[in-house]
Amino acid sequence: MTYSLADDPLVLGGKTFRSRLIVGTGKYSSFVMMREALASSGSEIVTVAVRRVNLTDRSRESLLDFIDTSRFMLLPNTAGCYTAEEAVRAANLGREAGLADWVKLEVIGDERTLFPDTEALLAATRVLVKDGFVVLPYTNDDPIMARKLQDAGAAAVMPLGAPIGSGMGIQNPANLRIIMESVSVPVIVDAGVGTASDAAVAMELGCDAVLMNTGIAGASDPVAMAEAMRKAVEAGRLAFKAGRITKKLYATASSPLEGVSR
Amino acid sequence: MTLVINGETKTCPTVRNVRDLILHLGIGQDRVAVEVNGRIAKRRDWETTPIADHDQVEIVQFVGGG
Repeated sequence: MTYSLADDPLVLGGKTFRSRLIVGTGKYSSFVMMREALASSGSEIVTVAVRRVNLTDRSRESLLDFIDTSRFMLLPNTAGCYTAEEAVRAANLGREAGLADWVKLEVIGDERTLFPDTEALLAATRVLVKDGFVVLPYTNDDPIMARKLQDAGAAAVMPLGAPIGSGMGIQNPANLRIIMESVSVPVIVDAGVGTASDAAVAMELGCDAVLMNTGIAGASDPVAMAEAMRKAVEAGRLAFKAGRITKKLYATASSPLEGVSR
Repeated sequence: MTLVINGETKTCPTVRNVRDLILHLGIGQDRVAVEVNGRIAKRRDWETTPIADHDQVEIVQFVGGG
């Protein structure tokens, strides 16, 4: 029986999703552009940040005026947090604002790379899981850390492909494959996707989903790129399920060797 | 009364509780979170969470992010 994407939903945090592409809402040139790109992506989950309300400029447009929350699930992040305490506080603020328990947990270790502080990430994961959150931690490509996060109760692990916003693609495919063999929770590549092939590569390796923001928002044509990413995630998943040929050093002819007319 | 709201010292007419403060500030009540002196004030408790002079208040909302 042939595989069908329709029969292969993403199961994450106890919910089922058709799309395996999660998209961020930051860095768009306008809210209108963001809305069109989100629609083009086919995504069902979008990340948002938690920040102070601007009390002086009350006329500014609000992000949520441009997101149909009956269609997109909001996933608050803890971007900008550098300690476990800051991240736990941000997660709680996100839960109160969004009235839902999901959080993309980020604890940043370094301003230039935005790599995660995995020690603090693990500590924050434990606290938040205990407090009933569905925790999706943004982590590095270390399989040991991935397993620890799973054991701490994370609903998925989200290893970076490359630094946030770098567009460098999947820098360590070997480790991603090892991560997938090390954990049983969904593995979602988060960060570093620059173009469609990066997303396809992640899915071909066997990842369960891909999360990206800059790759779409920063493209010259975000709406077109969102469509490209949607197709790439689908193509990569289909290719993974279809079972690729093994790689060989030498050729194996595709046409018969016998019967050549000479 | 004097309050520190989102890091800025502000003078405003006396408000008794979080709900009154939010109304006074003209902030939409949907999808915001409020913290008073480091403790989150749940929406259902806004009317019963008191605001006192010199309280530190944080009011946050969702913005674009990755």
